[in-house]
Amino acid sequence: MMHFLLLLSRQGKLRLQKWFTPVTEREKKKVIREMTLMVLACPPRSCNFLLWRDLKIVYKRYASLYFCCGLGDQDNELLTLEVLQRYVELLDQYFGNVCELDIIFNFEKAYFILDEFLVGGEILETSKTVVGIAMEEAETLQETMEEYMSKPTY
Amino acid sequence: MSPSVRLQEMIRVIRGARTQGEERGVIQRECAAIRAQFRQADNGTRSHNLAKLLYVHMLGYPAHFGQMECVRLIASPRYNEKRVGYLGAMMLLDEKQDASLLITNSIKNDLSHSSQYVQSLALCTLACMGSAEMCRDLAPEIDRLLRASNSYIKKKAALCAVHMVRKVPELGELFTPAARSLLSEKNHGVLHGAVVLITELCERNPDTLEQFRKAVPELVLMMKGLVMSGYSPEHNVAGISDPFLQVRILRLLRILGRNNDTASDAMNDLLAQVATNTDSSKTAGSAVLYETVLTVMDIKSESGLRVLAVNILGRFLLNNDRNIRYISMTSLQKIVQTDHNAVQRHRGTIVDCLKDQDASVKRRALELSLALVSAVNIRSLMKELLLFLSSCPPELRAHTTSGIFNAAERYAPSQRWHIDTILHVLTTAGGDVRDETVPNLIQLITTATELHCYTVHKLYRALITDISVQSLVQVACWCIGEYGDLLLRGECEETEPVQVTEDDVLDALETVLQSHMSSPATRGFALTATMKLSTRITHNVDRIRSIVSIYGSCIDVELQQRAVEYNALFKKYDHMRAAVLERMPVIDKSSPGHTNGESAGGTIKELEPAKLTQEIVLPQEPSNQVCDLLDLLGDSGEPFQPSPSLSSTAPGPASSTAGGDLLDLLGGLDVTPAPPSVTVYEKNGVTLKLQTDRQTDTGMTVTLTATNSTDGDITGLTLQAAVPKSVQLQMKAPSGDVIPAHGLGQVTQTVLLNNPNKVSLKIRVRVCYTSQSSVCQDTVQIDSFPSTAW
Repeated sequence: MMHFLLLLSRQGKLRLQKWFTPVTEREKKKVIREMTLMVLACPPRSCNFLLWRDLKIVYKRYASLYFCCGLGDQDNELLTLEVLQRYVELLDQYFGNVCELDIIFNFEKAYFILDEFLVGGEILETSKTVVGIAMEEAETLQETMEEYMSKPTY
Repeated sequence: MSPSVRLQEMIRVIRGARTQGEERGVIQRECAAIRAQFRQADNGTRSHNLAKLLYVHMLGYPAHFGQMECVRLIASPRYNEKRVGYLGAMMLLDEKQDASLLITNSIKNDLSHSSQYVQSLALCTLACMGSAEMCRDLAPEIDRLLRASNSYIKKKAALCAVHMVRKVPELGELFTPAARSLLSEKNHGVLHGAVVLITELCERNPDTLEQFRKAVPELVLMMKGLVMSGYSPEHNVAGISDPFLQVRILRLLRILGRNNDTASDAMNDLLAQVATNTDSSKTAGSAVLYETVLTVMDIKSESGLRVLAVNILGRFLLNNDRNIRYISMTSLQKIVQTDHNAVQRHRGTIVDCLKDQDASVKRRALELSLALVSAVNIRSLMKELLLFLSSCPPELRAHTTSGIFNAAERYAPSQRWHIDTILHVLTTAGGDVRDETVPNLIQLITTATELHCYTVHKLYRALITDISVQSLVQVACWCIGEYGDLLLRGECEETEPVQVTEDDVLDALETVLQSHMSSPATRGFALTATMKLSTRITHNVDRIRSIVSIYGSCIDVELQQRAVEYNALFKKYDHMRAAVLERMPVIDKSSPGHTNGESAGGTIKELEPAKLTQEIVLPQEPSNQVCDLLDLLGDSGEPFQPSPSLSSTAPGPASSTAGGDLLDLLGGLDVTPAPPSVTVYEKNGVTLKLQTDRQTDTGMTVTLTATNSTDGDITGLTLQAAVPKSVQLQMKAPSGDVIPAHGLGQVTQTVLLNNPNKVSLKIRVRVCYTSQSSVCQDTVQIDSFPSTAW
């Protein structure tokens, strides 16, 4: 299973963090710091797989963001590269030509999309279209609520 | 104006802050405002405030005061508030927080909500941060949802069940029936969840594993369907249909087929099909192939399939993509013990990967290269490893040096090569070697008696070049002290001799003594070496006397003590000086305090198996080697050994020719008729007799004879012997390992003992044999010998 997923900017700022195991705040900060150091130091075109403590780390750079996740020892690293690719495609599908700013200003949407794709460290849905539909319908439900909220009560 | 602009406004302001201090100020103001808002009654902006807080939390600021707000929002009837509340719960609450228990009830209610999106929020949160109690409480709910709901909820419930099983393994029994029925679903999301759940159940419970083995045909069909199906736009990734599901099914098949012939047979065809048909030009295909290879190697697959898998790995090894090469080497590492020859074929490519720029690839290549070292390729492979050492990244150096030393110890083709290799490593990376290297090297040098001259010349040259590498300097000093006379003689067969005077040598040692680069231990070595030279040189003894007396007042206590003692040796005990400082005898490798890496050296007690240090198969002294090998063959009837050195090709051919010679010898040494024999072991119809024959003052021949009075043959007979530490033991090859039935034949084995210290002789014999298909093993101790013994 995946233990965590982090999105780091090139300057080392955290843009998204998802933890699939219970970790204390202090430990989280430590992991983030170490991941930042490790992943940002890798030269381009180097191997995307690293070893850290007892986890396999898979990272991939997309434009200005580093997607970095920690795997258990039974997990398939090459498949995880595909998982990261799929997540980026889902973000792209939702935001339309996604860039880092989209994820900064709409971080909660990025989390919602992630929750339709990965749950408990495992892949939930393997079809892009199904995730897309689920997001749309949830949005509709939310907007209906907001419209209802903003209407004046009599 | 949509309310969420306020969140984006805040983000913009925070990002606009030019300094860390300014940012902190903005955030403190915002947090104060948020706290105030939380305290107020419901005003429709709660979700946005929590969202703002979550952003602040992601920047690294404390946000614990938002925990109760999460609880409140989750309990709200409005979807948008629930959504943010659950998100907040996943980010701020974990099972260690007390507040997490408070949401259990809300989750329970939401699991039965009319809207599937609310249900999914609850499921997702539960699967992300559900504690063990929450899982126990809500497991029946999840089970219900696994059976009767739409596919959107089923797939989430499946992963929620996976989380529950991980947290509370006993819940596995509850979910097993539902998991089984999920396999017949068509929806890929549900199927994927089901496969993950079944994998988890099977990994934790062997009974469940048995049960699910019956599902192998179904899984094979499912997999075939995916592989053979045409293009499906919904699930297609680079030409592969749903690689995520394919990989999970392969992983489950691996667990089901492990150690089980029927299951493995059922999946053989499928695996062959996947291995041949999958297009690996893109990562998705490679991922599937990788998982296939792992599965093939782990189950009981037929040999053709294994060959196919290794070939795939070989192909991966030549791929341009670093990731693929990395994966290939990781997999090859797993099979290098079992399929050693197959991996050896790719040695060239693996060694090339040592030169790759990437650190991860280098590391894998190093591990694999070290595992591939054998007596056949030691020379060429060591060249490559030494080349690698000179340019390897610092974090790998220690590992490389210890790997090189181990390989050199196991397979050194000659002592000179061994010494040269160690010296090369010390010169290149002397700072990264283990502490035991120095005593190990010294011990090695003492045993290579004909190379003393060569060694001391080489080390002298190294010393005058560079004195910064402590380990090298220590060994050099020791050698110069010990063999300084050979150095001064100025002649050497093996290498160009140096022409040095006594002053030059003493200068070198003094430089080491005085240099600030030398560690205290090194200076100790140098001082002792200087002292030893006093008996090996002729002209400059006074200079040594003065050096030694100067150090009598050194601040370093160790040096001072040495110097004072040496001074005393000069003054009061000059008559003993020559005897005290004479050449040291050959150091026995198995003496106490001599740690030898990972051999059994550490806890050697008085009865030690005869020269059976499993690491060391030094083939340089032919007669010793043959006897040692025969020890190994004699002691271990089975060809399978845990350490690769014993299973690899080298000892085999050597021993078969040698065995013939010694069996000839045995013809002469066989059962000596005259001395009496004592029955030392009698059990299960097997009788072991012992005869002794005193050959020399300290040497004795012991003959063990085994006979069999049962109706069936005794097979696989092996005898092992252990003697007190100072006694040397040499076991000759046994005459056979099968004792015919009814006493029609016997097996004899000769043991040569040498007891130079004339200690009281005891021998412990372990006898192993197979009688009527059961393996027996017994140990018998013989404390007193027949009258021909001492």
